[in-house]
Amino acid sequence: MKPAIDYLLHLADNALVLGQRNAEWCGHGPILEEDIALSNVSLDLIGQARLLYQLVASLKGGNCTEDRLAYFRDTHEFRNYTLLELPHHGPLSGYAQSSLDYGTTIVRNFLYSALMALLWEALEKSTNADLAAIAAKSLKEVRYHLRHSRDWLVRLGDGTDESHARVQASLDHLFPYTQEFWAHSPAEAAAIAAGIGVDVTTLKADWDSIVDAALEEATLKRPALSGYVTEGKQGIHSEHLGFLLAEMQSLARAHPNGVW
Amino acid sequence: MNTSVEAVWAALEELNDPEIPVISLRELGILRDVHSAPDGSLEVVITPTYSGCPAMSQIEEDVRATLQRAGISARVMTRLSPAWTTDWMTDAGKEKLRAYGIAPPHQTPAGSKVVNFISKPPKDEIVPCPHCGSAHTVESSHFGSTACKALYKCRDCQEPFDYFKPY
Repeated sequence: MKPAIDYLLHLADNALVLGQRNAEWCGHGPILEEDIALSNVSLDLIGQARLLYQLVASLKGGNCTEDRLAYFRDTHEFRNYTLLELPHHGPLSGYAQSSLDYGTTIVRNFLYSALMALLWEALEKSTNADLAAIAAKSLKEVRYHLRHSRDWLVRLGDGTDESHARVQASLDHLFPYTQEFWAHSPAEAAAIAAGIGVDVTTLKADWDSIVDAALEEATLKRPALSGYVTEGKQGIHSEHLGFLLAEMQSLARAHPNGVW
Repeated sequence: MNTSVEAVWAALEELNDPEIPVISLRELGILRDVHSAPDGSLEVVITPTYSGCPAMSQIEEDVRATLQRAGISARVMTRLSPAWTTDWMTDAGKEKLRAYGIAPPHQTPAGSKVVNFISKPPKDEIVPCPHCGSAHTVESSHFGSTACKALYKCRDCQEPFDYFKPY
């Protein structure tokens, strides 16, 4: 059962952390339509996370609940890709602060949705019937996330000089983090061996073709992949996840067992 | 079909969706099944629409309350698989959506592979305006007031409208 739990938590944490990040746009979107779109994408992601956490809770038994998993685990227990916890702007040093950058949001959603569209489709064949059912639902949702982020990627990339330069900078910043997609963690390897998980490296050629076609249409240059391969899915995170969790978990921790 | 199962269907026939209160849960395809369980009790099976749809808990409560008002004792179960699809929406339900000002969903594309889905919208994705019937419409946003809808505008009557997306 452990391979299933670890793998499901990886998928659930991905959805929850990106759902929380995208929700930061709620009330702050560049235009009303995009404010609503990002909130709707967040709702889908948080809904997917809930289904997965509920499944983990039922496997763990005892007094485990979806809320316990979302609100009462700490940074090192989260198994999401590092890419998904980064703030909506490029790297900064020291105490520098930046406002939300929509290009960064769009690039991240595109890179992740392109992967998940393929992964959910493959997971429909998981030997875990509950996961297969969640995958079938999530696939229907991620297609719209992919269509949305891809359209905006093209619009920004093939837009003005300013939008092109900014979205290229976002791509240069985020692209190296996708290396983590393809480096198996021990938990993924165990899930693949158990027939629950999917070997993501078999999806890489399709992911590359989705990404390359979109980048070409967007007149963007694909950055070279190099440098440190992040290990968020093994619990080794950037400095940003702690702040995200602090905000997300504070209410539940201030009122443990609260129901509303 | 025994009378109690029929009574449950009848009691829930008029129960409408909380977000789109002109279409019933049965017409939406959310109300999947009513049967008697091996232990003799009645079970009502519902299926979630979008994973994050905030109306789902309301729907479950509405089903419970409606049955209680009708004096029927039944369990409400949620089933994920097969995943809900807009193809389950009845024709009468689609007509009600249109009359309410929401363009009903097209059939989901057959064998819709991810790569085909994103490349270009299929040609049959012309969404007629629910107000004037014109095919001269344009999408303004992939997401409307809820995740299940996209925002469109009619170029003839100039009215904005929601399109219930195929799912």
